[in-house]
Amino acid sequence: MAVETATSVVHPSGVTPGLPGVASDFASDKQAFVVPWGKAMMWIFLLSDTFIFSCFLTSYMHVRISSTVPWPNPSEVFALTVFGNHIPLILIAIMTFILISSSGTMAMAVNMGYRRRRGKTAALMLITAGFGATFVGMQAFEWTKLIVDEGVRPWSNPMGAEQFGASFFMITGFHGLHVSAGVIYLVIVALKVWRGDYDRKGNYEIVEIAGLYWHFVDLVWVFIFAFFYLW
Amino acid sequence: MSASEGQQHPIAIYLWIWLLLFVLSAFSYGVDYFHLQGALRWSLILLFMFLKAGFIVAIFMHMNWERLALKLAILVPPLCLLILIGLMAVEGDYTFLTRSESFTKPAPIAAPAHGESSTAH
Repeated sequence: MAVETATSVVHPSGVTPGLPGVASDFASDKQAFVVPWGKAMMWIFLLSDTFIFSCFLTSYMHVRISSTVPWPNPSEVFALTVFGNHIPLILIAIMTFILISSSGTMAMAVNMGYRRRRGKTAALMLITAGFGATFVGMQAFEWTKLIVDEGVRPWSNPMGAEQFGASFFMITGFHGLHVSAGVIYLVIVALKVWRGDYDRKGNYEIVEIAGLYWHFVDLVWVFIFAFFYLW
Repeated sequence: MSASEGQQHPIAIYLWIWLLLFVLSAFSYGVDYFHLQGALRWSLILLFMFLKAGFIVAIFMHMNWERLALKLAILVPPLCLLILIGLMAVEGDYTFLTRSESFTKPAPIAAPAHGESSTAH
């Protein structure tokens, strides 16, 4: 490790003054958490993302509490008629199960990564990405159905409170964006696993870091499912 | 097991948690499917939600095996959201009452004979 720093000017008190001091203070190689830095950074990113989604859900709570017009019943709004049977919320239930499945395959991919099974890790990650893409596809179907067939807009809808559309598009749209980004992220990491990059480095941490992101996307869906669709 | 050496755990634990998440999701959906209402509905939704979230974070995201410092650094800050939620719930109730007073009730002063309800505001 290179111990000598770029700055040679040292203050009598032993610390570097001025801007080089800022750089040396921030770069003083102190480690707070006994995990790879990438993992700590991913956790901190996810923490900030937690606040973003919580703000969305809290604003949704606020507009729903304060609306004097009845809130549309999500159980009915998201019902589908399948083979003549009217099933409430079925599309959302299937999407939930798909995301849970993808979380399971991702957990297995992380496990296989630590066992240095290159092929299985890449395959499981690609399956996870496939589930994710399916989820986004079903969401696109859901949005199309709501916008085209039922006339839901961010500012109005025929079923009740106007804020329903704004909350719905904002929350599920932002979540869908996260899933889409996650699919791209997973495919990139899977291809690098397949190519053997991490075998050469002897380090599969990146698979677990990608897994953290993916599980977080599933975690957010748990809250959206409970508060937006079931409540 | 040292966290710095990576998170290596038996596959069985992942499979069990996976199954459990499926069951809990099915229960959540069941709450809606069987039209449970009122306090029972909300408490069951919250119970299943927190169980699912807890298992995902603890097992799938390996938080259970991380050191306490990381656990606290990640899990404690979101608690301040409870304050935001509490404030916004109070604020939302107030907005609802204000709207009910001002917009939805027929204005009490407007006499039916005059029909000048538009000026009652």
